Amino acid sequence: MLTSAILLGPQRHVRIVKPALDALVPDDRRPVALASPGWEEREAEDMEFRDHVGREVVNLEVWARVERIFERDRELLAAMRERHDTLRRVQELYRLRLQGALQAIRELMGRPGKDVWLAAERHDALVMLQGIDAQHVARVQQVHEEFEARWRPAERSSVQREKRELQQRLGDCAALCLAGGHIAVLLHRLRLFDVLGLHGDRPVVAWSAGAMALCERIVLFHDSPPQGGGCTEVMEAGFGRVPDLVALPHAKKRVDVSEPRNVQLFARRFAPSLCVLLDDGSRIDWNGARWSAQPGTHRLGEEGWVEEAGA
Amino acid sequence: MSLLQRIEDAVARGPHALDELVATTEFPHVEGRSVTFLFRGEAQEVSLQHWIHGLPGSLPFRRLRHGEAWVLQLDLPPRSRMEYKIGVSMFGRGVMLRDPLNKHTARDPFGANSVVYGEGYSPPEWSLEDPEARKGTIEDRFVDSKVYGDWRPIKVYRPARFRQTRRYPLLVVHDGFDYLGFASLQQVLDNLIHRQEIPPLIAILTQANDRMREYAADPRQADYLVKDLVPQMEQILPLVREPSARAVMGASFGAVSSLAAAWRHPGYFGKLLLQSGSFVFTEIGDHDRGPVFDPVVKFVNEFRKAPGKPADNVFVSCGVYESLIYYNRSLVPLLQETGMQVRFREAHDGHNWENWRDRLREGLSWLFPGPLWLVYE
Repeated sequence: MLTSAILLGPQRHVRIVKPALDALVPDDRRPVALASPGWEEREAEDMEFRDHVGREVVNLEVWARVERIFERDRELLAAMRERHDTLRRVQELYRLRLQGALQAIRELMGRPGKDVWLAAERHDALVMLQGIDAQHVARVQQVHEEFEARWRPAERSSVQREKRELQQRLGDCAALCLAGGHIAVLLHRLRLFDVLGLHGDRPVVAWSAGAMALCERIVLFHDSPPQGGGCTEVMEAGFGRVPDLVALPHAKKRVDVSEPRNVQLFARRFAPSLCVLLDDGSRIDWNGARWSAQPGTHRLGEEGWVEEAGA
Repeated sequence: MSLLQRIEDAVARGPHALDELVATTEFPHVEGRSVTFLFRGEAQEVSLQHWIHGLPGSLPFRRLRHGEAWVLQLDLPPRSRMEYKIGVSMFGRGVMLRDPLNKHTARDPFGANSVVYGEGYSPPEWSLEDPEARKGTIEDRFVDSKVYGDWRPIKVYRPARFRQTRRYPLLVVHDGFDYLGFASLQQVLDNLIHRQEIPPLIAILTQANDRMREYAADPRQADYLVKDLVPQMEQILPLVREPSARAVMGASFGAVSSLAAAWRHPGYFGKLLLQSGSFVFTEIGDHDRGPVFDPVVKFVNEFRKAPGKPADNVFVSCGVYESLIYYNRSLVPLLQETGMQVRFREAHDGHNWENWRDRLREGLSWLFPGPLWLVYE
């Protein structure tokens, strides 16, 4: 676990990384590291970020490093593609059971009545749903473990070379800034170099997908997608560097908070973790012992309402 | 008091009362499944001209108390759209007007119609200007067509944050200039890409020189797309050169041309988006659609005999108020039998650009699913 981290909402319109850095490393003149592999080929386009933070910035170029590794190490590229296909399959299979379980619990929650039998069914359906999520996380973990055991990416020279350079860049940085973007790309590329491990216990400011990656579980969500029914699903375990929180970036656009049962189910499914809505201007701070949210940062409440996250 | 009674009462009380009613009531007035049209003016006959298949094309208004107020009530299902004009006749001469009391219009290449929305319909928010959405660009170019022996104008849509180093899927659009003008295509693409509902893609917007001939399953048009247009675009644009990343779309005759191109060059386009296709066919005897449909009917009849597998995925949509609904419904099982993945959507709408606009999100996001679930910027 980190001793200090700040999670933020999207930074395109309301930029608050600078005050977050100022709060975590106020008088530190050392550079800050930027990891933005989730931006993929736009990773190097960091001028707006540099202008905003007004500090020396070291771009770790995580995405580009992995691209270089793929060019040199075709075997690893093929192995990672195969893992990608396996993960997609595991996710699809999980989704089949998940959809049935969600349908059942939604129906149970929609039934009128307060009798013990209905309450018992609702409780058991929720436990089953949480169990399906947990089993999925374990299966994905198994995929990663088998991949690591077979291909030992950290021991490959192609990876070691880039990792050494990355470690040097990260060396004296005061803090790490973890940007958003494509969550799977971000997670898997950071993991390849163990960026969080190299960074150690120095402070982290993370936003959008970056914030999701720091948490114990990565939850994918959209209540009104153009295709399908919008079943919230767990992707896999995150880095687990901050506890008891599910980060939900762009929540205003993605979560239907007008429907209390939807809010209630979301919150209860991931309890005791807090489901925090990371919209423009949202900020929640971790000090190694507890969370404290800035006013205006909200969470999904187990009673079905959106509440101040600091309440 | 019902609206009709209120109108009759106002007419009885005189022009000022009717002025007041019109000033405080929106016309056409939609209430539940009923819509009330009001026309004020001197005329001998007033009628509603529409294009809803199955209804008489001209529906007469009723004159109230021999005055200058005319009304018509119709059934209008929820979430539907109906385009119309008002026909006004006097001394044997008639004119077609847009409804003076209706501010809603729908444009098309021939002008504009009035449009009335059934209860619960509003233009989809993803088709409206979104200040947050980054804007793509449109570039005018010409294609040197060996097939047609001339230079053909096209427009190239590049998505926001376009990069020459990246590879993009391709969407070829028949009547592309009209899709831009009348179906908000650029705004729709910008918005869907911004929302990650489709991936960033390049769209090539084409326009025919002689539409009713070239889009009527003309083999030259299929060859033009496959031998001239796409290869030339692949030379200058960073496109994924795979059928699975290549789609062709169109509406009405444009849909016929899209299907015909895919049928004549099976496997070249992996995806088809066919809107209100004019897929007229005959089982017995001749058709009654006029000579312009002759090559269309010939193609559809041939296609029905030997459909092959023109593409992998096809999205088909059609309005239930169109006469073409029968042909589109007939086409769907045939497409399914080919082994293609088929999605069919019917809408309470007619043969018009806003119907085609309103179906773009579902069609495009099905053919080109975006990284919506995985990207949190």
